[in-house]
Amino acid sequence: MAALYEGYTLCGLVPDQNLSSSGIQGIEEERDRDHVVVTDSTRSVTLYKVSDQKPLGSWTVKQGQKLTCPAVFNSQTNEYVAVTDNKCVIDRREHFCLFRVLFLQVSSDVWKVHCTHGGEPVVLFQRGAVRLLDSLLAAPQQPIEEVLAQEETIRWSTIIVAETQQFIIITTEQKGEHFLYLQRLNPNSVQRYRLEREEPGLSPLSFSAIYKDKHICLLYLYPNGHMYQSVLSVRGLGTEEGVQALPLPRSLLLGLPVGDGQLEAASAMALDEAHVAVVGVPHPSAGGGKDFLCIWNTNFQTLQAGKEMAGKIYGQLWSYSNKVFIPHGKTLSIIPFECPKSSLASALGKLKHTKTEESKTPNSVPSWNNILHGEKAQPSKTAETRRTRTTRKSQSTTNLTTDQVLELIKTAPVEEIQKEVEGFLTRSEFQDLQPSVGQLALTLVSRSLADPAFYSSSTLAQLVHTRCLCHSVCPDLVLLALEKKDYFLCQLCLQFFPDIPEAVTCACLKAFISMPDVDAEKVSLEPNSVTFMENLITRDRAEAGLQNGFSPTSSVVNDRQTRAEDKKKASAPSQLICPVGLHKAVLINEILQTPYSDTFLLPHLKDLSSQNVMLFLQYLQFLYLKYSQDAFPQMEGFRSPSLSQIMDWVCLLLDAHFTVLVMTPEAKGLLLNLHSFVKSQVRLVSELGKIEGSLQQLHKMKAKESIGQYSIEIIELF
Amino acid sequence: MGEFKVHRVRFFDYMPSAIRTMAFNSQTERLAVARADGAVEIFNFNDNFFQEKVIPGQDGRAIEALCWVGHRLFSAGLNGEITEYDLENLRPQYTVDAYGGPIWTISSNSQGTQLAVGCEDGTVKIFAILEERIQFQRNLNRHKGRIISLCWHPSSAQIAAGMTDMITIYDAETGQATRRLLVDRAMGASKNKEVVVWSVGYLSDHTIISGDSAGKVQIWNGLTGTLVRTYLVTKWDVLVLSVSKDESSVIAGTSEGTVIQFQFISSTLDQHDKEWVRTRTFRNHSHDVSALAHTDTAVVSGGMDTQLVVRPLLDKVEKNTQESALRKIAFPHRSLVGCAKKAGLLLFQFPDRLELWKLGESEGHGEQHTHTHTLGEDHICCSALSACGGWLAYSTVSSVRLYRIHVMISVSSSLQVPKLPKELRSVHQLCFSSDSSKLFASSCQSSVIVVAVSQQECRYLHTLKHKTVSTMLYRLHLLCASDDGKWLATANTDCEIHIYNLHKMKLHCMVPVYNSCPTTIAIHPVTNNLISVHADQQIFEFSLVQKEYTQWSRRLQTQGLLSLWLERDTPITHITFNPKNPDHIILHDTYMFCIIDQSLPFPELNAVLWNQMTLKNLPVSQRIGQSHAFKICKIFQHLMCVSLLEDLSLVVVERPLLDIMSQLPAPVRQKKFAT
Repeated sequence: MAALYEGYTLCGLVPDQNLSSSGIQGIEEERDRDHVVVTDSTRSVTLYKVSDQKPLGSWTVKQGQKLTCPAVFNSQTNEYVAVTDNKCVIDRREHFCLFRVLFLQVSSDVWKVHCTHGGEPVVLFQRGAVRLLDSLLAAPQQPIEEVLAQEETIRWSTIIVAETQQFIIITTEQKGEHFLYLQRLNPNSVQRYRLEREEPGLSPLSFSAIYKDKHICLLYLYPNGHMYQSVLSVRGLGTEEGVQALPLPRSLLLGLPVGDGQLEAASAMALDEAHVAVVGVPHPSAGGGKDFLCIWNTNFQTLQAGKEMAGKIYGQLWSYSNKVFIPHGKTLSIIPFECPKSSLASALGKLKHTKTEESKTPNSVPSWNNILHGEKAQPSKTAETRRTRTTRKSQSTTNLTTDQVLELIKTAPVEEIQKEVEGFLTRSEFQDLQPSVGQLALTLVSRSLADPAFYSSSTLAQLVHTRCLCHSVCPDLVLLALEKKDYFLCQLCLQFFPDIPEAVTCACLKAFISMPDVDAEKVSLEPNSVTFMENLITRDRAEAGLQNGFSPTSSVVNDRQTRAEDKKKASAPSQLICPVGLHKAVLINEILQTPYSDTFLLPHLKDLSSQNVMLFLQYLQFLYLKYSQDAFPQMEGFRSPSLSQIMDWVCLLLDAHFTVLVMTPEAKGLLLNLHSFVKSQVRLVSELGKIEGSLQQLHKMKAKESIGQYSIEIIELF
Repeated sequence: MGEFKVHRVRFFDYMPSAIRTMAFNSQTERLAVARADGAVEIFNFNDNFFQEKVIPGQDGRAIEALCWVGHRLFSAGLNGEITEYDLENLRPQYTVDAYGGPIWTISSNSQGTQLAVGCEDGTVKIFAILEERIQFQRNLNRHKGRIISLCWHPSSAQIAAGMTDMITIYDAETGQATRRLLVDRAMGASKNKEVVVWSVGYLSDHTIISGDSAGKVQIWNGLTGTLVRTYLVTKWDVLVLSVSKDESSVIAGTSEGTVIQFQFISSTLDQHDKEWVRTRTFRNHSHDVSALAHTDTAVVSGGMDTQLVVRPLLDKVEKNTQESALRKIAFPHRSLVGCAKKAGLLLFQFPDRLELWKLGESEGHGEQHTHTHTLGEDHICCSALSACGGWLAYSTVSSVRLYRIHVMISVSSSLQVPKLPKELRSVHQLCFSSDSSKLFASSCQSSVIVVAVSQQECRYLHTLKHKTVSTMLYRLHLLCASDDGKWLATANTDCEIHIYNLHKMKLHCMVPVYNSCPTTIAIHPVTNNLISVHADQQIFEFSLVQKEYTQWSRRLQTQGLLSLWLERDTPITHITFNPKNPDHIILHDTYMFCIIDQSLPFPELNAVLWNQMTLKNLPVSQRIGQSHAFKICKIFQHLMCVSLLEDLSLVVVERPLLDIMSQLPAPVRQKKFAT
């Protein structure tokens, strides 16, 4: 699975006043993989050694001049070529630290100079003509023809080497229409294509071309998140001069999530045959922020890796030798990546060994959750990266110790605390996090208790997420969260704390059940568990239609008498509708999965009102029916209560409230149903018991059968 | 050594009878065991626990209690009779009706002068033990309810009697009840059920120990009549108690199959006030433990599961020796299978019937020809089948029967020989000569009766007797005739082996007496050497012609047998020879059979005795160097008989212990875990 590694900064940026552009015109590879030439938007060119993150040399053009295209390096002659003010081509040779600079005044405006590694520089003029630099050097003032039509302007261009042939690809725009020119050099020929129109008013944000399988693949990204791929054949080209534009077939490669609004500064770049790096597109599971660098697998349309980039994204992206160069905020970062051959298993995250980062994180806290649920309950990585966004900022400013943070918590406002705690958490090593996290949580909770106006939900959630906390370290936390109606935090606590006392569990249960559904839907909860519940509920609707009156529930209950009754009930619509809202169900599920011991839980359960008990039982019944209907709805990777947990809770509730329920007329049907469940379970167990006996008998018989009453054998003695 | 064709026979449905009670005689180290079918077996604890004597049972004789008085053995049963046994001729000597209904218990005083029996009608009857008989003396005061258990005080002045719901202490002189100890009933649902005191013990310090049907072992003070201590040891019954001779230890057997030991020790170190403390639990039985004996060094127990278990107390014996090993005696120490080598017939001896089987020719099945013995109520004590398969003889305590057998392809007929010589009346062992012309029967007074059998008549020929200096005449338990018809060897339980010359009809010689009882003897068909194997697993070869031990036997004795051989705990019960190879002696015990090759060297003392596997894996050329005289095969287990037929195929009769166990009634329900 593709992965993005920890990046590093190559240089700082001087962006524009209004932050509209990054201040970098382009980055080109120099003599080898470790050197790049960075051209800024004004007048300087800097050579960097990437591995050392340090500039090796820099030169600028004269005051008043301006570089209008990125400088390229001609590895054949060891010279740099740049363009000033669209007219003047600078050929600058480096020769024993002595520079020989050659100025070349050309007759037409230059768009860009392109150069492949080991190839000759090619000058592309704004009107679409292409010349080799050598020919220009020979006759600088030669006339330059116009290839493009009137009002047609170049938007993007690149050079590609296909086998031995160099191709210049140009995209242009003319009155809202987009064209593509494929220009072959030596012999020169050009083919013009017309890009299909996307929604009116949308023009491609970025292009990227890659040569594969004797074809040129062009990727282009639209602001609505659609990424298309067009395949251009490099053969059979150049018979006629491309005046009329061929329609360019395209295929939708990815529909990226856009969030609200459209993409503005985004860029997509093909990394290899199957992977695309995308910047400026929101992460699908991290809300609306667009400052992410993601690697998508186009074959399986899966997100392979994502990284949040601090600061503004300018929609620029370069990639050389397994490194992504991305300007963001005030820095130019280099992020190494890896795109190994992908398989479906790895794309779905099923391949074991590819867990690189998660498995490395040591977990010093013996957490029952971890032992029982393993990696399931791992908080999503992106959520963490989002939290660390602000951290990066603060990183440069102050580095507070634990005690300082503790002091701060006692007085500072919520925002500041949040910032500092985040900073603290990212700074600290995981091993020595545990004691301080406990202290932090304790102080936070005690301040919240003392000062009703103060409550920092996100900070607490962050602390809980570290998994260094447990209930005994900070006993008031869950109740505080309940009091503040911070159900997300409650969910986290229930999930991560191995030692919540039964009384607290019961209090949570009570709060969850009695909370109005409207309120519950407002709460934002852990997405994983919500998805599970959504699946459960929606599937049930879909299947309710499909089942066509037949309900497999009745097969669970073999009893002939109850069968008819059950069938009637199960097919009735009321059985298949979840009695509680989605979020409420999610929260109750969390309760179902908490560890408990029934002797301690039972007295607290008795405190529930009969309505609550009824509702809860109905929900449990719903779950039970769902579980016994479908093969087993516990989907991979989702935290979900098990069937036995549900059964246990049913029994517990009935134990606690049996007399009340018997007296309640509404509960009668429910009780009958539950009775049949229990009966079916008992029957199952007894059948298993019977089988056990016969299996054992079989086992015994096997040994006996080998020798009969009488046999004639041959033995040999030595 | 070569291949053998083996007839593996498992259709001998031998089913031992449950052990009902036992009595241990510490003077003679003999244990008497009574089985549910009325048979009494005597084990000699001095001689490797060898089963010396078996007194066959009788229909309707249910022995409830056994009692040794010196060398005399008494039994009492639910038929209401007291029986004394003739231990030499292995039959009841006389029976006396106690006239008190079924007798539950019998107990003698320490002097051996009086016998007390507890009867169904609630009386304790005292009999005087006289020479040759017993005589009723008087009744103790009668109580309502049966007397289940009895125990004399060592001073013979008091008797403790266990009844339902109480224990009564009688004054043996006056016959008056002096104390009554009320026994609590079980708690809970069975509160209404009366509690039966199954067993009592009366110690010299007037402590009374009782075991009852409520699962309690109780310690009472017999002087004050107060309860000292109660141990609830089982949810079921405590069936039997046994007190050690020094009165420092008591064992109790329960329905759960456990034996629980209590010891009279000080609970803490350096304190002199001793008390009865429950110490050890032995679990060697699957069913009721209904018989217990506490010897000086071991706990002997038996019960429903028919096995006699000798469990040495590890604080009394040296550890890791043969003495400290647990012993389970499940099979009789004599052969119950007869084999007609020429005809391929097998004779199985059951207590009440005989079965005759013909072995199959190929991978088929044996045909059964059953002879059910229904005449009389006495059980069969011995049987014999002639080598040609034409004659069959068996004996009960009182009579001998001889049958002429015709075996056809699928049908067989047997014809009882009507007139037998009157000398053939009560015999202990029967044996045909190899040419089937003579029948030898060991009779009383160590004599052998020789009878000629032929189609026409059955004629008494001679009585073989040897002169002896001792007054006691021991029973002959082994008979063996040589193949050439010249020799007859006899062995008695006093370890003597006599050789008779049948041509001259007189004693030829006597083999030097060895101090262990011979378990089987055989005369070699070619060399006419007598092979005898003894209870201590020693093997001797005696040349009849030279009247001395052979060179082979001497070499064996000099070199000594391997300890692994000596430590086997079942005796060799049968010897046969290989007619093709005179060097081969085939013998077997319960767990293995062994072919001794006299031409091969004995194993070195540090050699591997069971080396068949090693030899198998060696190349043929190296086998010679590695092999030794003992070729042991353990493929077949729980052997009742191993014999070599005339066509050189082996017959192996197995009776798997599991098959016996599966025929037992279900044991009491025991709660295991939370089921």
